[in-house]
Amino acid sequence: MNTNASLLDLRNLYVKLPGGAERTHAVEDVSYTLNNNEILCIVGESGSGKSITARAIMGLLPAPHVHVDQGEIFFNGENLTTAKESRMREVRGGEISMIFQEPMTALNPVMTIGKQIDEVIRFHTKIKKKHRRERALSLIESVHLPDPKHIIKAYPHELSGGQRQRAMIAMALAMEPKILIADEPTTALDVTTQAQILKLIKELQQSHDTGVLFITHDFGVVADIADRVAVMQHGKIVEIGTTDQVLNHPQHPYTQALMRAVPSLTPPAVREISDKEELIVNKLTKTYTSGGGWFGLGEKERVVHAANEVSIKLHHGETLGIVGESGSGKSTLARCIVRLINADEGEILYHNVDLRPLNRKEMRPYRSKIQMVFQDPFASLNPRSKVGRIIADGPRILGVETAEADKRAREMLELVGLDARAWDRFPHEFSGGQRQRIGIARALALDPEILVADEPVSALDVSIQAQILELLADIRERLQLSMIFITHDLRVAAQVCDRIAVMRLGEIVETGATSTLFSNAEHPYTQELLDAVPGRDWHPQ
Amino acid sequence: MTFWQLYRRNRSAVLGLFILFAVFAMAAFASVLFPEDPFRLAGKPMSPPGENGFFLGSDTLGRDVASGIAHGARTSLMIAGLATAVAVFIGAVLGGLAGYYGGWTDDILMRVTEMFQTIPSFVFAILIVAIMKPSIQSIVIAIAVVSWPAVARLVRGEFISLRNREFIQACHSVGMGDLRIMLAEILPNCLSPIIVAGSLMVATAILIESGLSFLGLGDPNIISWGFQIGAGRTVLRSAWWVCTFPGIAILLTVLAINLVGEGLNDALNPRLRERT
Repeated sequence: MNTNASLLDLRNLYVKLPGGAERTHAVEDVSYTLNNNEILCIVGESGSGKSITARAIMGLLPAPHVHVDQGEIFFNGENLTTAKESRMREVRGGEISMIFQEPMTALNPVMTIGKQIDEVIRFHTKIKKKHRRERALSLIESVHLPDPKHIIKAYPHELSGGQRQRAMIAMALAMEPKILIADEPTTALDVTTQAQILKLIKELQQSHDTGVLFITHDFGVVADIADRVAVMQHGKIVEIGTTDQVLNHPQHPYTQALMRAVPSLTPPAVREISDKEELIVNKLTKTYTSGGGWFGLGEKERVVHAANEVSIKLHHGETLGIVGESGSGKSTLARCIVRLINADEGEILYHNVDLRPLNRKEMRPYRSKIQMVFQDPFASLNPRSKVGRIIADGPRILGVETAEADKRAREMLELVGLDARAWDRFPHEFSGGQRQRIGIARALALDPEILVADEPVSALDVSIQAQILELLADIRERLQLSMIFITHDLRVAAQVCDRIAVMRLGEIVETGATSTLFSNAEHPYTQELLDAVPGRDWHPQ
Repeated sequence: MTFWQLYRRNRSAVLGLFILFAVFAMAAFASVLFPEDPFRLAGKPMSPPGENGFFLGSDTLGRDVASGIAHGARTSLMIAGLATAVAVFIGAVLGGLAGYYGGWTDDILMRVTEMFQTIPSFVFAILIVAIMKPSIQSIVIAIAVVSWPAVARLVRGEFISLRNREFIQACHSVGMGDLRIMLAEILPNCLSPIIVAGSLMVATAILIESGLSFLGLGDPNIISWGFQIGAGRTVLRSAWWVCTFPGIAILLTVLAINLVGEGLNDALNPRLRERT
């Protein structure tokens, strides 16, 4: 074996896609090396071929449609592209292992964590059951899961998202692999959990001398964890270098554009906001109960306070950010305000009218005043309706003449920067960013005064995200809108919001002007959130 | 890709469509091909196929088997089509209401549906026809009554999964009415599974109708495939053709409809498209 060879060496790799796909190759002429005790981050937007490359290394491409048609993958000097399937089975899990984005789907839901770790060890070695159990316990302990004896008997659904990801990492490290491939391992997690998992990966990589191939779309994560960075676009590597080189002195125009699109953590200059109150939410409460069974028989009732005496004020022309982790109740609050969910108690005062107790008919005249933009651009448009109809339907329902509604809808298409030809097309013909524009046009067609945006950019790539944020800022100015902006991403919040309310477990823990909150957070939870933002010390130029 | 291109990829579905067209043509041109009443005693009883001017032979009373099959195709297709239409309508309305409103509406409607599902469907159909007089209406009603619960279950499931989608919430937030959301927004999105289930239900309906006629519960004034088989079963060993040819007609039609149903499923279900 050549001792000078890199741990992993990709040479001019091409991965062929089946005919009829958008491009002929998913991966084109990709070459990079990974050394011992190094973290190489592969960054790129969706569809850039970063995951396919990882799958090619593992020999996990969906054959026969997608396959490596040129180039070599050398692992410690051994060519993996020509290796036999039996050899690849030894490599997978034994010498190269992988962790995935969604730990809930990557773990088998009907097997205990201990059994799943045990399987890995059993397939690769011949050690006795008792020793395997000891090994599993020590692995669980090494990823800092509490009470290993209990965890080993637990099923995946009994663990939280972060704990599941830790269990996945324990599985991946069971055979002390030389390479760990991590495919967006923290994307599905909350920021505070993400920070812990990143710390764990870094710690284990150093203590085991592992080479880590870390795939992500988040430059903050890159800044925190990477030794070297490779940037991918359309299946090609456009730039590769040390973290400092790529993040702080990018050479390629695409990398430069990406860096510009990453929102900064420093809030922009404070805007003048009027004192006029547009919407006041007073002690709003929403409780969910589940279980209980008939006549109080069966299991005990579970009570969840999705919103607990939440009070916020929205001024005219202001953007109020609501920030929190998953399960904090921020989406419930948004849906209560637009009356998609009926709150249990409290007031929603819009120009001194309490909207909460209104029934559907009484609510009608106020519907158009408060409109919502949804998170998922793929689920929020009816796949069977044409775009023109989707936008014009709103005004039509409110009794506007069809011709007038169509005219208004066309104006809205133009306002959100879409071609007039979009009118006769179906939603699936558009990209995620364009669909989000359609969603915004639909909300604006009703001429609202308040726009409630529920994570409007979290499903989008960073460059598209920047465009949508710019669009929202632009229409806010032009139409004098007030906006409630819900997000989990503090970078986005820093750029968009005038004031921010931090939510946790259904309660608002702190409210304040964005700049004050970022420089001088009072509540420990806000502090914790701010500390967990990936790449906090890195400031894109 | 156009719908036909998607459909064409399943070869057996194209064959099914071809057979189905042939059956429809036979039904449509029955009075041209066999202008006489199929119940008429046309010649010598029990003539084997090809003899005494009978293409597929004659039965115990001298009725033309070929003429019976052609005219019987009308009965079978009409009853099956009507019964399926009624069943899909009832099923879609009840399933849609149950799925959309949930809660106690759902509870009541689904318990009723389950009540219908607990009785074996063929026995239930016999019971209904026996209570009412055997006639086309009673057969259609019987088949529809035993078929709708499956559609209701299917539509309910689709409505439940669609009613919480964001695009439906967007409709609520512009103040759209319930009826409009159900008909114009949700229903078009669950048409494909309904069409597929409906097409397969036509095949089952033909079988139930034949079964009822075989047991003598068919409309006595109208010829049908089941009736022909029933009339020939006593002479199965001496005159095999009386039962065999209507049997083949049922087999081919049901098979063709199943193939078409499968083809529709492949073409309409986007998740299965990549399967090839």
